[in-house]
Amino acid sequence: MNHIASRRAMLKGSGALIVSFSFAGHLDMARAQGAAAVAAAAKTVDPKDVDAYLAIDARGVVTIYSGKVDLGTGVSTALPQIVAEELDVALGTIKFVQGDTALTPDQGPTFGSLSIQNGGMQLRQAAATARSALLDEAAKRLGVPKEELTVADGVVTAKDGKRVAYGELIGGKSFALKLDDKAPHKKPDTYKLVGKPIARVDIPDKITGRFTYMQDFRLRGMLHGRVVRPPAIGANLESVDESSVKDIPDLVKVVREGNFLGVVAKSEWGSIRAARQLKATWSKWEGLPEQSKLWEHVRATKVAKDDVTSSTGNVGAAMATLGTKIVRASYDFAIHTHGSIGPSCAVAEFKDGKLTSWSASQSTHNLRKQLAQMFGLTPDNVRCIYVEGSGCYGRNGHEDAAADAALLAKAVGQPVRVQWSRADEHGWDPKGPPTLIDLRAAVDSAGNVAAWDSEFFIPQATGNFTVPLVAATLAGLPGDTNIAPGNIIHNSAIPYRFANVRTVCHRLESTPFTPSWIRTPGRMQNTYANECFMDELAAAAGVDPLEFRLKYLDPADKRGLEVLDRVAKLAKWEKRASPRKDAGGAVVTGRGVTFCKYELVRTYVGAVAEVEVDRASGNIRVTKFFIAHDCGQIINPDGLKNQLDGNILQTVSRTLKEELKFDRSRVTSLDWESYPILRFPEMPEIIVDLIDRPNERPWGAGEPAAAVVPSAISNAVFDATGVRLRSVPYTPDKVKAAMNGAA
Amino acid sequence: MAQKKSLNVNGKSVNITIDDPDMPLLYALRDNLALHGPRFGCGLGQCGACTVHVDGKAVRSCVTPLSALSAKQKVVTLEGLGTAQRPHPVQQAFIEAQAAQCGYCVNGMIMESAAFLAKNRNPSESDIKQALANNLCRCGTHVRIVDAVKRASQRA
Repeated sequence: MNHIASRRAMLKGSGALIVSFSFAGHLDMARAQGAAAVAAAAKTVDPKDVDAYLAIDARGVVTIYSGKVDLGTGVSTALPQIVAEELDVALGTIKFVQGDTALTPDQGPTFGSLSIQNGGMQLRQAAATARSALLDEAAKRLGVPKEELTVADGVVTAKDGKRVAYGELIGGKSFALKLDDKAPHKKPDTYKLVGKPIARVDIPDKITGRFTYMQDFRLRGMLHGRVVRPPAIGANLESVDESSVKDIPDLVKVVREGNFLGVVAKSEWGSIRAARQLKATWSKWEGLPEQSKLWEHVRATKVAKDDVTSSTGNVGAAMATLGTKIVRASYDFAIHTHGSIGPSCAVAEFKDGKLTSWSASQSTHNLRKQLAQMFGLTPDNVRCIYVEGSGCYGRNGHEDAAADAALLAKAVGQPVRVQWSRADEHGWDPKGPPTLIDLRAAVDSAGNVAAWDSEFFIPQATGNFTVPLVAATLAGLPGDTNIAPGNIIHNSAIPYRFANVRTVCHRLESTPFTPSWIRTPGRMQNTYANECFMDELAAAAGVDPLEFRLKYLDPADKRGLEVLDRVAKLAKWEKRASPRKDAGGAVVTGRGVTFCKYELVRTYVGAVAEVEVDRASGNIRVTKFFIAHDCGQIINPDGLKNQLDGNILQTVSRTLKEELKFDRSRVTSLDWESYPILRFPEMPEIIVDLIDRPNERPWGAGEPAAAVVPSAISNAVFDATGVRLRSVPYTPDKVKAAMNGAA
Repeated sequence: MAQKKSLNVNGKSVNITIDDPDMPLLYALRDNLALHGPRFGCGLGQCGACTVHVDGKAVRSCVTPLSALSAKQKVVTLEGLGTAQRPHPVQQAFIEAQAAQCGYCVNGMIMESAAFLAKNRNPSESDIKQALANNLCRCGTHVRIVDAVKRASQRA
């Protein structure tokens, strides 16, 4: 209780934005859960209902119920900004409840850069509908026309000074209204909160150790579980020697179900020791391809279907025209792991035939369906509650840890917390699948592009956005067998206007590891190949690569032209063809440009990378990264900048360093030595130009700026060295090999 | 078997009961003392999320066995460094710089920086990056973290 009290005092004292989280402290959990359960009985979660999103109590406290959750992106500040603005209430009076299947509407998983663009706009609509209804009621009570009312800090005031507060008007009752898309919105030029760099509500607690992450969450009477995964992905469990752990004093149970193996102990350390010490024998399994032949394996995988993502003109005829030059290239992008700094963690409790699951799932409504299926329960008997965990960049291990915890909790009849080890996380989170791209273009004698033809070798998607739960698969319990890599065909089509274009995604029947979406899934890999290949064509034509892009972009797409124009100014872009002619010395420098219109329908990003390449070591340093970014109306510019930094730094890491390692049986890159990520001395300087368009709708920003990074770096390395890098990651060995090949 | 262990944590003497004298300090802090500052990241001393101070030095608590600690050694965690009302200058700088995304690694960033700044009054940006070279951040908050440490160093 102490730290809860001190947190409140702190917030009050500092005058900072107060957002009460529903789960502020573990000591208070049982009580909070009880209270929430009572509230849950009456609460609608129908996305069409205003009451699904908003409640205002008698004191005027506004509670937001958000299906979109804060994954460390700052939306628990930005979404309340939108609602407080639309309702004209003080930010400090807003409570934020997120990702609880009993309390919050299903607004879809928190992915795809949609929390503000979709989730925020649903909240804005709910707030606008609520405000209009509140003003109707106020007009009635005050006996004045609605048009003459003004609102500030949740108090409605008439011209004659008569006042009535929201709390008096609605006071804990439900709105009983459907979202009204005709409800009037506030005009952007009257905004007081939206567009302002409001400080994040969660940061003081995170900085002082008072924040409760999922990994900190505790329930009374809770036991500690650890999983013991097979040493080979498809191995069968043959025997377990329980005597091997009989000296662990607080061991509760060894749980075995099919190929699922886990231990439960009274203490966390006891569970760790037991998991390490437990002896089991497993069958041999060598179903993975050889890593050194990964790309041959991908190319040889059976195609389940083709998705033609664009088709204009006649590519075949254009390619066959006499006198045209055919340019060809193949690009590949390694398998990646999510690599959250805190491994996945979840708590589960079975009680009276009902399952309650606490996890950092980005998709609690989907997880609820999966857990219900796994345990043969109706979804009504499963409640999934989001508790913020370590950063989440896609569907990582959180849902799997939730399934592990539920299975163990059921087996021991007590609440169980499962904390994955680092090796569990690196070994068993679903992976960003390998991506292989072949490109061809026909260039006429004047260097004009006559045709563009691309083929993407990427896994198929079967079913919806549910990745099979590891525990269900291992235990042989009912569950999905989907392949769910995300919407990875986006940005395979191009924003450039050539006379003949064909872009085809060959959807492969299988991929070596269970795939899922990791930040900017598909859009990153596809943009990478397309934007590098554009650079190859510019170089073939001897034209400045920025000018080359402008030549083929739609001149009517002014916002697209503007991001390129602005990033050119920001980076002081010097007009010339690549590679540079004056390169010399041991360390050479270069610059590369990239353009992305996200999914060809939203957020625009223009980027310039500056790099240094050490010829002897093959080491690349990204020294500066410039971007111009247009995501429409900006809700919180400081939060946006923070996200853009994250997009760029994380993707510089992925581009230069990251690659899953494996043998025929399992993942072998199980720690940070074998799966290195970017370190502080390697970070670039980041220079950002935010383009705010207050009168446009807001678009997503959590992913688009990641899409531009790999190609901007590859293009800059080409500019510096004349060598084209076509295989992510650009490790020193590969860079040296590429330079030797070119020499 | 169950045994008592005395520690000095955040200025207070505490007694805990443990089964294994070689249990890492991290689990004593998190599970026995219910502290949230030090975090489990890898258990291998590779990422820095678990960093605490032992007698003023930044130490990886996930690979520090309790048997290596005496009751006299002063263990300080993020909670002991400062509070929201009275933050340590490094914490204050992190709040001002809004230097967190998910914030899971930030415990290590602050504890490492505070120990570093105590010995290095006027570090260059490059010194700061070197000091944090063994602390990992996955969200990509590096720019703001370096900015925060610079701010703190200018006030020390």
